[in-house]
Amino acid sequence: MDLTMLWYLVPSVIMFAAGVYGFCTRKNMIALLISLELMLNSADLNFVVFNRFLFPGSMEGMVFTLFAIAIAAAETAIAISIIINIYREVGNTDINSVKQMRF
Amino acid sequence: MDSVANIILYFVVAICITIFSVMTVTSRKILRAATYLLFVLIGTAIFYFQLGYQFLGAVQIAVYAGGIMVLFVFSILLTRRPDDKAPLLDSHRRTLGVLVSVAGSVLLLLAIFFMPLIDGVSLSECIESGMTIDMKTIGHAFVGTDRFQYLLPFEAISILLLACIIGGVTVARKR
Amino acid sequence: MGITLPILILAIPFTMFLVLGIGGVKMSRKTAGVLGILANGTLAVLAYIVAFTYFFSGNPDFIVDGVRQQVQLFDVTWLAFTDRMVVNIGFLLDPICAMMLVVITTISFMVHLYSWGYMEHEPGFQRYYAFLALFTFSMLGLVVATNIFQMYIFWELVGVSSYLLIGFFYKLPSAVSASKKAFIVTRFADLFMLIGILVLSYYVSNTPADGPLGGASAFNFMMLNSQPTNVLASTLGATFMSGSVLTWAMVLIFVGGMGKSAMMPLHIWLPDAMEGPTPVSALIHAATMVVAGVYLVARFFPLFCVVPDSLTFICIVGAITAFYAAVVACAQIDIKRILAFSTISQIAFMMVALGCAYNEPVEGVHYSGLGYMAGMFHLFTHAMFKALLFLGAGCLIHAVHSNNYTEMGGLRKYMPICHITFLIGCLAIAGIWPFSGFFSKDEMLAAMFSRHWFWGAWMTMVAGLTAFYMFRMYYMVFWWEENPKYKHEGHKPHDAPWQMSLPLIVLAAISCVAGFIPFGEFVTFNGEPYHIHIEPQVAVTSLIVAVSAIALATAMYIKKNPWPSRVKNMWPALWTAANRRFYWDEIYQFITHKIIFNLICRGIAWFDRHIIDGTMDALASITQWTSVKIKGMQNGSVQTYVMWYLFGAVLLAAITWICIL
Repeated sequence: MDLTMLWYLVPSVIMFAAGVYGFCTRKNMIALLISLELMLNSADLNFVVFNRFLFPGSMEGMVFTLFAIAIAAAETAIAISIIINIYREVGNTDINSVKQMRF
Repeated sequence: MDSVANIILYFVVAICITIFSVMTVTSRKILRAATYLLFVLIGTAIFYFQLGYQFLGAVQIAVYAGGIMVLFVFSILLTRRPDDKAPLLDSHRRTLGVLVSVAGSVLLLLAIFFMPLIDGVSLSECIESGMTIDMKTIGHAFVGTDRFQYLLPFEAISILLLACIIGGVTVARKR
Repeated sequence: MGITLPILILAIPFTMFLVLGIGGVKMSRKTAGVLGILANGTLAVLAYIVAFTYFFSGNPDFIVDGVRQQVQLFDVTWLAFTDRMVVNIGFLLDPICAMMLVVITTISFMVHLYSWGYMEHEPGFQRYYAFLALFTFSMLGLVVATNIFQMYIFWELVGVSSYLLIGFFYKLPSAVSASKKAFIVTRFADLFMLIGILVLSYYVSNTPADGPLGGASAFNFMMLNSQPTNVLASTLGATFMSGSVLTWAMVLIFVGGMGKSAMMPLHIWLPDAMEGPTPVSALIHAATMVVAGVYLVARFFPLFCVVPDSLTFICIVGAITAFYAAVVACAQIDIKRILAFSTISQIAFMMVALGCAYNEPVEGVHYSGLGYMAGMFHLFTHAMFKALLFLGAGCLIHAVHSNNYTEMGGLRKYMPICHITFLIGCLAIAGIWPFSGFFSKDEMLAAMFSRHWFWGAWMTMVAGLTAFYMFRMYYMVFWWEENPKYKHEGHKPHDAPWQMSLPLIVLAAISCVAGFIPFGEFVTFNGEPYHIHIEPQVAVTSLIVAVSAIALATAMYIKKNPWPSRVKNMWPALWTAANRRFYWDEIYQFITHKIIFNLICRGIAWFDRHIIDGTMDALASITQWTSVKIKGMQNGSVQTYVMWYLFGAVLLAAITWICIL
């Protein structure tokens, strides 16, 4: 029994689907952010897996993942500071309380 | 032919990831959700180690599990009243979410299973035939300017992080 | 002569236009006025230097074996469309151009000075000076043009500045409509001129490049005029409606000149243009811009000579216009209108003189180019004495605050300077020896007689009419019966301040002596000097006619008497018709409003309003309706957007996948 690429992709897909579900249904903005991290993580995993199984002679996938992690850190920090600011303004972190940007 | 230990490790981690990702998005307590996310991230890091990317795994644990999770926990504690529970989801939105995620994952799984990319190369073969990725290689790749070397994006990321620090301070500052 | 002077001559007025136009609001009236006057004085001096150098230096560039040459002081490529179709900007110097430089800058300087007094209390004084500078610039650019295209550009620019200045009192509806009328009528004529230019240049540019004109721009005057028959060889075969194409082209170009020079039937704008300030009328609508048509004919004279039919056309138009304008001038009340019609009549005089000239020796004719020389001579003298008359009229209007001579009468006691100078102007235009008009008119009449006795006799009659209506006005203003208002009111009319009187005196002095200038030595059609001598028969005839006309006017108008009204009542219909300018305005009104607006424009308007606007409106309404319907999707909920996005992504991926499989 071999561990092939497929084996690693299946948990990644599940992780991604869970992230999508969470992003679409949760109300709390931090929960949204957590779902986002899930999706991002699954994408990172995919990069690495493709790199390992399809192009074992190079390391571009890994480098890309490294950058993605750095950017994710930055993004999370900014998002959290925005959320905290919103919380100060409206008193909760409900995504439905920030709906000003509409028609 | 992969070793039995590797296969067992894979199964343990894969099941953990599956269960904890689903629990992350279904848990009604936000602090728990964050904890489940931590487990998922650690699982992913273990996958990285298993795939032979020790540095990446270390970064994953240090940055994600160490840094970002702390951010999450602090922000949750800052924005939460004690014993807050997320309200029950309205069924309409829930159905839609399930529909979208199931449709997407079905499509992706179909793609994975039927795409011609997939051949049966095993992990151990790949690790044997692949290049060794040690710290020296990575360090050279980050500060060189040749092909497949990444000085410019590296510096761009550093500026991005600086901007992000300033932005975070500015946005979250009390007025 | 280098290129500094010519460039300065164009640059100074343009700079003044920019400086006064942009910075004028920040300046005091005095600064703006002094600046404008000083700049124009400098300009006049420079122009005198150029003209003096051209005529008297004996430089072999300018005069070879006693023949004056056409010189391009500079000529730079401006627009190069193709290698054969090139538009240049340059400075052409030849006798008529040098003469025009002197005329324009002199009159412009006088008018600048005069306006300082005349416009003193008007709002927009700085703007007025800026426009004057713009006009001076455009007019100078017009006369020094080296090619048709440059001339056309400046031709339009003078039209614009004329429009701006006529409408200077833009709060008066009559001034606004007069400026619009002037602009539209002259633009309408310029349309024909443009067609003529295009026809001409089309045929000229078809000539072989290795021919006698190889390399020269198809628009260049020197090239066109040097060997017209060679240049235009290709047009000779081409005909259009049984006339040669060249004839058509020249007639069309002349129509442009008709518009600017107010020849019938395009004269209707000039009398209305008197709504502008009086100094503007003196500068633009008497001395310089309106003679642009004459200048145009003189500029193209060799080409006109290739097709004698076009010269005949000019003669006919000129003769009819001269007579018509003279008759109308006899029945006007507004003194500026009288002067306007007199201007039309005098310009028509010049046109006829040009039309009566030949460019090659003709058997039985003493000097074939006499008409050309005389026309230019009259242009010069007329500019001076007509500017004088207009400025004098400005003084009168300034003094009595009315344009109508019925409000005047007996002014000679109150305004002696104005009276004397005005009299000199009237004598000059009537053609009394030794005033300048006598000499130029005599030469013109001699030229007309040498072409055909009919032209001479006809124009002698017009000259008599001229003397009559001018003296009629003179007596009505200065003699007749003193207006009783002057005695009762504390405000008595008096002579104008020195800024206004000085130009009158200078111009009167010029009008007295200009006739003795040996004009033929300077300006002839081919540059060879011609020695003017008075034709005794013609001179005596025209003197007798003029003197008897003046005598008649004296008898009728020197004192208040019932004769004028008796004459008027003899043919009341004729008088009314002449007073209403023989209903030309009504005819135009009928054609434009009743026929064009009603029959053609209404349909176009309907089409525009319902089909074109309707299409646009429908597009807008559909867009708006759709937006209102779908704006609910933009509900501010990020999650909804994500769901839509994911549905779309899944759908797209599925479609792609199906397509691949």
